Amino acid sequence: MTADLVRLEGVHTHIGQYHILQGVDLVVPEGELTVLLGRNGAGKTTCLRTIMGLWQPSAGRLTWRGREIGGWATPDIARLGIAYVPESMGIFADLTVAENMVLAARAGRPDPRRLDWIFGFFPALRKFWDFPAGVLSGGQKQMLSIARAVIEPRDLILVDEPTKGIAPAIIEAMIGAFRELKRGGTTILLVEQNFRFAASLGDGVAVMDDGRIVHAGRMADLAADAALQTRLLGLSLDQHQ
Amino acid sequence: MSETLSDPTASAGSAAASASASAVPVEPIPRLPHDRLPLLILPVIAGVSFLLIGDPTTWITLTLAGLAMGMMIFVIASGLTLVFGLMDVLNFGHGAFISVGAYLAMTALIPLAGWVQVDDLALNLAALGIAAGVAMAGTAALGYAFERVIVMPVYGQHLKQILVTMGGLIIAEQMIHVVWGGEQKSMALPAGLRGAILFGDVAVEKFRLVAVGVGLVVFLGMVLVLNRTRLGLLIRAGVENVEMVEALGYRVKRLFVMVFAAGSALAGLGGTLWAFYRETMTAALGSEVMVMVFIVIIIGGLGSVGGCFLGALLVALTANYVGFLAPKIALASNILLMAGILLWRPNGLYPVAKR
Amino acid sequence: MISLLSGDRPRSAVLSVILLAILVVLAAAPFAFPGAQALNTAAKICVFVILVASYDLLIGYAGIVSFAHTMFYGIGGYGVGLALYGWGATWVSVFGGLALALGLGIVLALAIGLFSLRVRAIFFAMITLAVASAFAILASQLSGFTGGEDGRSFRVPPELRPAFKLFEEPVLGLDITGKVLTYYILFATALALFLLALRVVNSPFGSVLKAIRENDFRTEALGYRTVVFRTKVNCLAAAMAVVAGGLNALWLRYTGPDTTLSFAIMLDILLMVVIGGMGTLYGAVIGATLFIVAQNYLQKLMAVGAAATEGIPLVPHLIHPDRWLLWLGILFVASVYFFPTGIVGRFRKAGPH
Ligand SMILES: Nc1ncnc2c1ncn2[C@@H]1O[C@H](COP(=O)(O)OP(=O)(O)O)[C@@H](O)[C@H]1O
Ligand SMILES: [Mg+2]
Repeated sequence: MTADLVRLEGVHTHIGQYHILQGVDLVVPEGELTVLLGRNGAGKTTCLRTIMGLWQPSAGRLTWRGREIGGWATPDIARLGIAYVPESMGIFADLTVAENMVLAARAGRPDPRRLDWIFGFFPALRKFWDFPAGVLSGGQKQMLSIARAVIEPRDLILVDEPTKGIAPAIIEAMIGAFRELKRGGTTILLVEQNFRFAASLGDGVAVMDDGRIVHAGRMADLAADAALQTRLLGLSLDQHQ
Repeated sequence: MSETLSDPTASAGSAAASASASAVPVEPIPRLPHDRLPLLILPVIAGVSFLLIGDPTTWITLTLAGLAMGMMIFVIASGLTLVFGLMDVLNFGHGAFISVGAYLAMTALIPLAGWVQVDDLALNLAALGIAAGVAMAGTAALGYAFERVIVMPVYGQHLKQILVTMGGLIIAEQMIHVVWGGEQKSMALPAGLRGAILFGDVAVEKFRLVAVGVGLVVFLGMVLVLNRTRLGLLIRAGVENVEMVEALGYRVKRLFVMVFAAGSALAGLGGTLWAFYRETMTAALGSEVMVMVFIVIIIGGLGSVGGCFLGALLVALTANYVGFLAPKIALASNILLMAGILLWRPNGLYPVAKR
Repeated sequence: MISLLSGDRPRSAVLSVILLAILVVLAAAPFAFPGAQALNTAAKICVFVILVASYDLLIGYAGIVSFAHTMFYGIGGYGVGLALYGWGATWVSVFGGLALALGLGIVLALAIGLFSLRVRAIFFAMITLAVASAFAILASQLSGFTGGEDGRSFRVPPELRPAFKLFEEPVLGLDITGKVLTYYILFATALALFLLALRVVNSPFGSVLKAIRENDFRTEALGYRTVVFRTKVNCLAAAMAVVAGGLNALWLRYTGPDTTLSFAIMLDILLMVVIGGMGTLYGAVIGATLFIVAQNYLQKLMAVGAAATEGIPLVPHLIHPDRWLLWLGILFVASVYFFPTGIVGRFRKAGPH
């Protein structure tokens, strides 16, 4: 029985006058990879940003290892051991790849062994180490964004649609990286539209629609149940391929 | 529509970022961007005015005067542009720090009158240094308070920022009247820094050399800090995307107030130099320079220190050349320069990559 | 009545009473207060109602801060003033000068808008500041044309001169002189332009402006070219300021940098619009009236206070009449923080309709 790392209970989030999250209940068990699915505009990104403290929840409970963190500032949430790979990747384009990594390593400098491990998955980063990150391709930027999140051991990584517009070869490398991270005990909350990618990695799954969680369960069950997939996602795994 | 609005950290219309979102599988060797074109404007302006002026001695004198003035404006403007880039705050009250710095320096020089009047360059420079130090310390403290009291409640609200910082400027200028009185003050240069040095035919005023020296030191110092230290790395990253820096675990708000205080201290230093250069001052000293400062940071690209340096030199040189060739339109010439540059590059010469 | 107000009612009983009182007093001013000082104050209020209402179109409805409003005000003042000075005291000079000034003002507003509104609203504040100060310096440098720092005094058309009498007999005990006539030209124009501004902000165009102010990104996404809307409202506000400047020149029979171009007037406008209430238009009327009345009254009060506190350190300096801007600055910052909707917003919150 694993403990819950992050738990959202009835979380509401407003952006300006818009009521976006309308009572989200979500549990992220420690050591698992939980996938958050849902159509465009369902509120997945808002959910991650709320956990990260980039939006403040207006109601409900947001806890980390049982401790209330709703209303905390983003840096303090990050210091709990949470890393964030945003949908827009959040690369510092004017900084070199090296500088992006140095900044991500809060210890001061990246651990060379861990860096080698990252280069194993994403060799392009070694190649363009001293180039401004702005000149990287979209896929390379995504690698850099993920690499930044894992340059130091973290307890939880929030990843927002890492496969959007990314070449298959890079997606394969990502799958490898996420598998290894999981094996190392890192908990991952992954927002995905690509169901095949999600199904190959996920332990648990939650589906969002209109600012609420409409389904939560095991990924294996969802992957095996074509009717449920059609109902929740409008498409089954087979049709997706 | 939900696509474009889904994430506020996503680029708001920046072509570069949206192009990168649609990734191409091939991995081309990226080219380093070399944007040297704006640097060419400087020699072009200098060259054209040389032809128009004709007389080399006059031209050299004007150029040196322009360089000195440009350096002082750079010192004043650099803090403002950095604050804008990092915190997205445009401080219309920046002029207050210029004036307060000048008045503090003047006050600090009163007990140092002996060191100022004696004809000993070392003592003169020491007096100058102490006055500048007092001005910088005072304006840094004032900047700290200004950020906490005036600016902090209105982060992210541009309209209110403009209004309250403008209000802060009025209050500060009025307080100068209350503390130091309303009449014009004079600011005498130390004995050893008066007059000019002759290089052949060309007379170079000594204080202008000091101004150029200080400006260069500030510029190099800023470049070094920004590029060689972790603090600089954080600032450069924050200029691009504050949210992401926070998501990496850095407490950016603390960085904000430090940079704001540093920017205010630079304004205080610049104000001191400017007051020596003009040799007189009133409480409006700062707001008078601010017009040129705004033009400089717009030309340079809001948030860019390098652009600010180039912009300051361009504005000052143009003002000096045109002031000689056609004195009546000297100030309008800066507006025309700005218009021309914005036609070419609507975001200024070196705009910072924003979110 | 409501249709004159374009359906945009004051929405507060107290507010309605105050506004009505201002309207009645301004309309009856020449009869009620025959003194020159009082009529000057009333005329100044009329001019500033136009100036501040047009500024509110920018800051309150479009959400952009301009520091060039006095430049347009000055263009109107110099346009009418220099025409009367140079071409003689005729109505042709008045309207010809005003037309030229309107043309110049709108072209300048268009140019500034195209340079700065295209990029970011924040450019606009800085560029207007720079352009306005360059304009002010230019106006004082071209002294052969503008009269420099001294400005120009000129004669107005005969019908507007104090010696002119519209009727042989006094009306309600008052001679209808050219001065009274001029006042009513100011009053009628101010009323008409104010109602026009109300019409504009309650039109579909006004709705788009408010949408831009709330969220320009979203409005752009809905398919509106925000820069076009901002540029249009900028030109409209500039044109209104030009007219206000022209009227002011007619009233003063003088034009110069201190009465039109000075940055102090720009600050006054800012204070009036913020204290009255941004984005309400009625705030312009209240802000301008209150401010101008207080300006005369408060400074006298401060002089008394300064004299009474003589001997106490610092205090007399703080309440010296010359320091009245200090208190206005503090009031200004406080209102931005604590009453962003100004006096009008307060009243509206206090009591419905
Ligand atoms: N900054 C914002 N301002 C207004 N609405 C927003 C903003 N960000 C997101 N939204 C709205 O919130 C809803 C959920 O968005 P998001 O969380 O990005 O969805 P998802 O990531 O599932 O596609 C959408 O309807 C979107 O339009
Ligand atoms: Mg999303």
